[in-house]
Amino acid sequence: MVLSRALHKRYSVLPGFDLALGFTLLYLSFIVLIPLAAAFLKTFTMSWPAFWDAVSSPRVVASYRLTFGASFAAALVNAVFGLVVCWVLVRYEFVGKRLIDALVDLPFALPTAVAGIALTALYSGNGWIGRWLPFKVSFTPLGVWLALTFIGLPFVVRTLQPVLEDLPKEVEEAAAILGATRLQTFRRVILPVLAPALLTGFSLAFARALGEYGSVIFIAGNLPFVSEITPLLIITKLEQYDYAGATAIAVVMLTSAFVLLLAINGLQAWTRSRQGRG
Amino acid sequence: MRFTRTRSVVSRRVALVRSAAAAATLAFASAASFAAGPTLLNVSYDVARELYKDINPAFQRAYKQQSGEDVKIEQSHGGSSKQARAVLDGLEADVVTMNQASDIDVLATRGKLLPADWAKRLPNNSAPTTSVTVILVRKGNPKGIHDWADLARPGTSVVIPNPKVTGNGRYTYVAAWGSVLKAGGTPAQARELVRGIFANVPVFDGGGRAATTTFAQRGIGDALCTFESEVNLIEAEFGDGFEVVYPKSTILAENPVAVIDKVVDKKGTRKEAEAYLKFLWSDEAQEIAARHQLRPRSPALLARYAKGFPKVTTFTIDEFFGGWTRAQKEHFDDGGIYDQILAAAKK
Repeated sequence: MVLSRALHKRYSVLPGFDLALGFTLLYLSFIVLIPLAAAFLKTFTMSWPAFWDAVSSPRVVASYRLTFGASFAAALVNAVFGLVVCWVLVRYEFVGKRLIDALVDLPFALPTAVAGIALTALYSGNGWIGRWLPFKVSFTPLGVWLALTFIGLPFVVRTLQPVLEDLPKEVEEAAAILGATRLQTFRRVILPVLAPALLTGFSLAFARALGEYGSVIFIAGNLPFVSEITPLLIITKLEQYDYAGATAIAVVMLTSAFVLLLAINGLQAWTRSRQGRG
Repeated sequence: MRFTRTRSVVSRRVALVRSAAAAATLAFASAASFAAGPTLLNVSYDVARELYKDINPAFQRAYKQQSGEDVKIEQSHGGSSKQARAVLDGLEADVVTMNQASDIDVLATRGKLLPADWAKRLPNNSAPTTSVTVILVRKGNPKGIHDWADLARPGTSVVIPNPKVTGNGRYTYVAAWGSVLKAGGTPAQARELVRGIFANVPVFDGGGRAATTTFAQRGIGDALCTFESEVNLIEAEFGDGFEVVYPKSTILAENPVAVIDKVVDKKGTRKEAEAYLKFLWSDEAQEIAARHQLRPRSPALLARYAKGFPKVTTFTIDEFFGGWTRAQKEHFDDGGIYDQILAAAKK
């Protein structure tokens, strides 16, 4: 079945398959595959015990905990509040809507160092916001989470927005007429449709946060075992010309990020199929 | 309405043509200057940007007078080790001007770009200027900080850039450590002092200037450790709410320079590159350096600018640590003494 469909592809009404696929593979090779393969190759210059040492020292493990934990928390918060922002932008008309819509993209465009410095200044003990807070944000793991939340926001909003725009109001009206409460309408009608896009937005924000360096480095305080992110430890290794050690940590990051993203994709496929059935 | 639209299209076109013309002129100009004389690339550390902006034109004038040749100088600045890695990875630097000898050593040992005894090719360990690591405190010195030991007192907070990634931080570490040895103490005592100081660090910034911001602008810490050469700049930027404390003894930070043999031989720029570095020892360049608060080697100039450079007992990295390469390995590499100290502080 699959095979015959593959054969039929050759006579597809859409021309240019070979060319397009060839270009895609070449492009991906140069931009993604070869650089990543080089990272993996570099780690092969290490012996297994050296590799294990580099990636499992207590300090590095503490940094994984922070990087993955803060990234996950940031993506989660973005999923919730990104949905709210998106809802407001799609469903209501108000003065300044376009402006807010444009603001959402700002974290994409802003150099991350600028974002990091601005957040640090605002949330430090004598900053405009920080001085009113009873707890410290800048130079703590909370600051790391804050910076990662900032850079992740547009991913959720921009993936949800088109889906929400396409959701006809009539569906909700029908639900209301059939006696559903507002909460039921949201939970059983709207959320299932949004779920796959929400997951995509979540995983994009999460993946982006894992690799973030520029903004976090200013706000983290970089205290060993407390607020050191994994990318900083990679830089630290490079600083001592330990290229292999640096790539070893990078490989661990890459592999775990890949596995996590794959799992999220699986989850997404599952929700989609469930939705198809229901 | 319609009229304006046409006009804007026309003006846009004009702008397009103009920018194309400008680009062409630029290309011409750079081609012309390329033909006129050799170009030197000076790969340097971050905070030397202001210094070389003044030194380069002075050299170009002097060299033109001496040889009649126009030399173009391009600058590249960044974190010292980051710059060294760029040169290792193929950035074609004719000369490197760093703030730590190990960043040039690595070009010799790993890259074989210049001989290992490069430091002997020019006077003063190939370092035309020096600075010292000092302690900056808040006005009036409310915590009574006078020496390294005061930074280790419980309840004191001191901002030091991350020694794992900054030369500035490493210099602070070896300054405190060496001060104990200089006073006749043991390595165990030195370690204890350094442990106490680093347990008091609330933020490890990724660069010297970032640490300055944390201390001066965010109001974090009772003290900041940095180079003497940064102090004027800090006061110019953040006002005079600070005081400089010279500890009893401190590290002499040498800013070494070297010609990259492999590059100049390939490009045929050896003559100019060597003249450029030699110029750094001339009175003119030494005076520019002194104005940038870098201690000149020339005794006469040091005397003339003595007000900015108080006498202080110093030691070099070679004296107590056997050079930067060894210090890096023993103290700062993964699992080294610095890591052990931090891990112990954590427990």
